[in-house]
Amino acid sequence: MSARLEQLYQETILDHNRNPRFFGEPAACTHKAHGKNPLCGDDYWVYLDVRDGVIEGVQFNGSGCAISKSSASMMSEAIKGKRLEDVIAKKDAFLTLLTQDEPVSDSEKSLLGKLIVFEGVKKYPVRVKCAALSWRALEAALLGDEAQAISTE
Amino acid sequence: MNESLARKFRADFPVLSLVKEGKSLVYLDNAATTQKPRVVADRLYRFYTEEYGTIHRGVYFLSQQATQFYDESRAIVSRFLNAAKLEEIVLTRGTTESINLVASGVSKLWLSVGDEVLITAMEHHANIVPWQQACLASGATLKVVPITLTGELDMDAFRRLLTTKTKFVSVVHVSNALGTVNPIADIVQMAHGVGAKVLVDGAQAVSHMPVDVQALGCDFYAFSSHKLFGPTGAGVLYGRYSLLEQLPPYQTGGDMIETVTFESTTFAKPPARFEAGTPAIAEVIGLGAAINYVNSVGFEFIAQHEADLLQCATEQISRLNGIRLIGTAQNKASVLSFVLDGIHPHDVGTVLDECGVAIRAGHHCAQPIMAFFGVPATNRASFSFYNVSDDVDRLVDAVKYCQQVMG
Repeated sequence: MSARLEQLYQETILDHNRNPRFFGEPAACTHKAHGKNPLCGDDYWVYLDVRDGVIEGVQFNGSGCAISKSSASMMSEAIKGKRLEDVIAKKDAFLTLLTQDEPVSDSEKSLLGKLIVFEGVKKYPVRVKCAALSWRALEAALLGDEAQAISTE
Repeated sequence: MNESLARKFRADFPVLSLVKEGKSLVYLDNAATTQKPRVVADRLYRFYTEEYGTIHRGVYFLSQQATQFYDESRAIVSRFLNAAKLEEIVLTRGTTESINLVASGVSKLWLSVGDEVLITAMEHHANIVPWQQACLASGATLKVVPITLTGELDMDAFRRLLTTKTKFVSVVHVSNALGTVNPIADIVQMAHGVGAKVLVDGAQAVSHMPVDVQALGCDFYAFSSHKLFGPTGAGVLYGRYSLLEQLPPYQTGGDMIETVTFESTTFAKPPARFEAGTPAIAEVIGLGAAINYVNSVGFEFIAQHEADLLQCATEQISRLNGIRLIGTAQNKASVLSFVLDGIHPHDVGTVLDECGVAIRAGHHCAQPIMAFFGVPATNRASFSFYNVSDDVDRLVDAVKYCQQVMG
């Protein structure tokens, strides 16, 4: 495999694609949002159960490519049990990781933890929207825009 | 397979000798757009550097010459489609504009509440949305002919859906997502039997087979230059002259009028009526050069070689595990759509690109087809006469590699 491709499809990413965590639709939730990439067909719902400013529960459901699915899975893992302000900081750091040319700062790196595996996506500009999709949906869910489907095209 | 002849023509396309990161390019996205032979690029270069001028306006030499070149292209297109007369060829910006032009006019002229427009389940969005809009504007109803599991039109359903309410039928000649070649002459004959007019979306057909609009009997035929080895931004609408004469203008402005006062305007006769504003002069001239080139290659070779490539690719791809072909019609152009178990087409597209193989991964602007086959998207390899058996081998190897990486 080329180095660039190895950077993109890291084993962690492939593992989360094969066995997505937090996959499915919960019986109830406090927040939800729909994320869709109309051009490539990535299509997910993100469900949150937020209590006292903490993400007590998270699940996602839908279909899409390996990048979008593993990103949603790892996002769920990263935000479960976290306070909203930490989740928003993580989300901002993640979107910075995907879109900024400069390497992320040490503080952002520590915020991101395992999510740093998505750094390789930067080299594939058309795939950035795949990695960003569930995070954008998370953002919309927290803003309460559940009626307004979001798109990262 | 006639590899030596294919290689000779392949050498006419400079971009096909591109080497990136040590890998030569395998270009298999010909259904999206075709590469350009040097004669087309040279024609554009010569026009822009030695001959450039506007058309139909200047009395000076450059303008008169540009007008002559532009008109020559119309004549080349007219012969290419075997139109009954030159004035039946409207030069547009592409298939999409050609279809919109007709749909907009038809909606004003021939559609009202209770009327029906018939399209098919294998249309490109460009042959769906304009008719939805035409129906919205006129109160007519859009009906859709279903397809079968092999990706062929359900002709029994077509016969059932075709009634005296049907005022217009708009159908694709060759499906971009499935490769299916539709029985246009039969469709036209049946549609005319109930008094309906027929537009054929020929975007995917013209690079694969000779098209004779008189033999097909259709009323309108649309295609784009860029899928026929010509420049982007130019396209063609063939229209039966007696119908073009009835259609109202699509856009208004310069060059499509007879006389203008502030009180009223009289419109020029077709085709000028439908060519408002300064057209894509260089691109239309480039299209003429592209058609001359295609004619020099000849459809006899094109048809045989593409059939060989399709057969070879279909056999090899079918042998792989975990693969499903989408579109297995009897009569198919050289388009191979497939999905891999558990691997999303976008991941396939990225891995194949890394191997230097350019295919299309997506819904091909045909979401209803994707919904019918229950897939979000497909991988599509589409072949042209400049592809060779090496390209098929590289495709198959790259798909195997993708299964290994993603499996």
